[in-house]
Amino acid sequence: MIDLSALRADFPILQRTFDGRDLVYLDSAATTQKPVQVIEAVDAYYREKNANVHRGAYRLSAEATDAFEQARTKVASFIGSPRSDQLVFTRGATTALNFVAYGWGLHRLGEGDRILLTIMEHHSNIVPWQIVAKLTGAELVYLGLDDDYQVDLTELDRVFDERVKIVAVSGMSNVTGARGPVDELVAAADGTGAIVVVDGAQLVPHDRVDVAAMGADFLAFSAHKMLGPTGIGALWGKEERLEEMEPTEGGGEMISDVGLTESRWAPVPHKFEAGTPPIAQAVGFGAAVDYLDKVGMDTVRDHERALTAYALERLAEVPDLRVYGPRDVDRRGGAVSFELGDIHAHDVATILDEHGVAVRAGHHCAKPLMRHLHVPATARASFYLYNTPADVDRLTEALLDARRVFGLA
Amino acid sequence: MSPLDELYREVILDHYRNPRHRGSLNGPHVHAEGLNPSCGDEFALDLSVEGDTITDVAIQGQGCSISQASGSMMADAIVGRNFDEVEDMIRKFRLMMTIDEGDNPVDPERPGAVLGDLEALQGVRKFPVRIKCADLAWTTLTDALAKARANA
Repeated sequence: MIDLSALRADFPILQRTFDGRDLVYLDSAATTQKPVQVIEAVDAYYREKNANVHRGAYRLSAEATDAFEQARTKVASFIGSPRSDQLVFTRGATTALNFVAYGWGLHRLGEGDRILLTIMEHHSNIVPWQIVAKLTGAELVYLGLDDDYQVDLTELDRVFDERVKIVAVSGMSNVTGARGPVDELVAAADGTGAIVVVDGAQLVPHDRVDVAAMGADFLAFSAHKMLGPTGIGALWGKEERLEEMEPTEGGGEMISDVGLTESRWAPVPHKFEAGTPPIAQAVGFGAAVDYLDKVGMDTVRDHERALTAYALERLAEVPDLRVYGPRDVDRRGGAVSFELGDIHAHDVATILDEHGVAVRAGHHCAKPLMRHLHVPATARASFYLYNTPADVDRLTEALLDARRVFGLA
Repeated sequence: MSPLDELYREVILDHYRNPRHRGSLNGPHVHAEGLNPSCGDEFALDLSVEGDTITDVAIQGQGCSISQASGSMMADAIVGRNFDEVEDMIRKFRLMMTIDEGDNPVDPERPGAVLGDLEALQGVRKFPVRIKCADLAWTTLTDALAKARANA
């Protein structure tokens, strides 16, 4: 396993203790911790460069604008975008997906059209499509899962026809960790006129992504799940898609001219960035991708793959523990969902917390998936570059204590 | 006893694994449902009422040990009680579950004297994020009781 433990010193919060024990933070699929490089970039921006961006006649505003636009360039380049203006800053992946649903789907879908989803989507890649389907008369179609928690593509030929106008798929499940069949769906959509929207909230932080090679039309992701600040994320789109897409929010910054009854939009990406954007957060986002670039996304992925393999091995030692997700670490990321005997996931999480181990419990904003798996709630441990095998050992010990508390041991 | 062992006392685990009064009522009854949207815990109950007395109760639901055990112990405690007694019990239970020790009506010298088995849920106070789990059944009971009073 690649030893990244020296990086832990960059994350001040990992010094925290609970009841005298070091915090074991295993909830990075919900949000990641921040390195001092990101914290200081945001701090330095506020101390030295803060002003509103665009159209400022003074030098300070020009500096703020430069910092903001440099961040766009960094994030765009991080995902291999040919141009930085293909990257729209949003409030997060959720807003990015809503922008596509309302800005593209609402204007192009009609009665009889289909939106193809997978059952493992997060609510943020389901609910916007439900709303748009209701408004347009389009129909939602779901691909299920096979026995290994992978999206079942055997049904693809049956459901994929000319009625499908939008395919919305997660790059990686936040519950099972399974990778989504992005390549296969991009290939299926090729030439049919359907667009492919990838929810990259769990994929982009954990593996190298090259949008040019991926071939999808849109990619949504969030900064806070990849070492950056909350309140900012991105929507990347193919140039022609972004040109076609209508703005969902109107206001300042997003116009080139405003008349009494109608307006003309600013060029992409600004037509999607109404109002004062999250400037300091963008600067922090830029610092986060700098940090990840320095470590190297191949290293991040390899570290997590080895750690996930170790976690699956240690969890198998805990009697009565059932993992919901692929066993093959090449087909999954580092979000590991499980149930322990008849102990409810919230009780598991409470007991783990008493051991200083932070995990999430519940439906993970993926209720259709939970129903599909016939499980009301799971506990979920998720890893990132700052986690170590020692964290996995603490998790395992705490789970064994949960069995004791519930009289299973 | 560690806070964890105090939280998950034997009696709580017993009610979680063997909930009392589970099912639904056939005869005339009032029904109420509760949900904690943040965690997905569900609880529902049927009350059969004669005059102002609860003559039978049935509970349904799914969720964590605290929410389900609280509901099961509550069902045990309210059968045969009249509306005023049940409302007094709801008030005392809520006081017992507040974080401020001074409000607790339970008498440490006489365990079980005020709220019976329900007193085992006091361990939840040390876990403030779990208090809403223990309270779910009681919110649902409050709803059911309002319906029963309206029918009376």
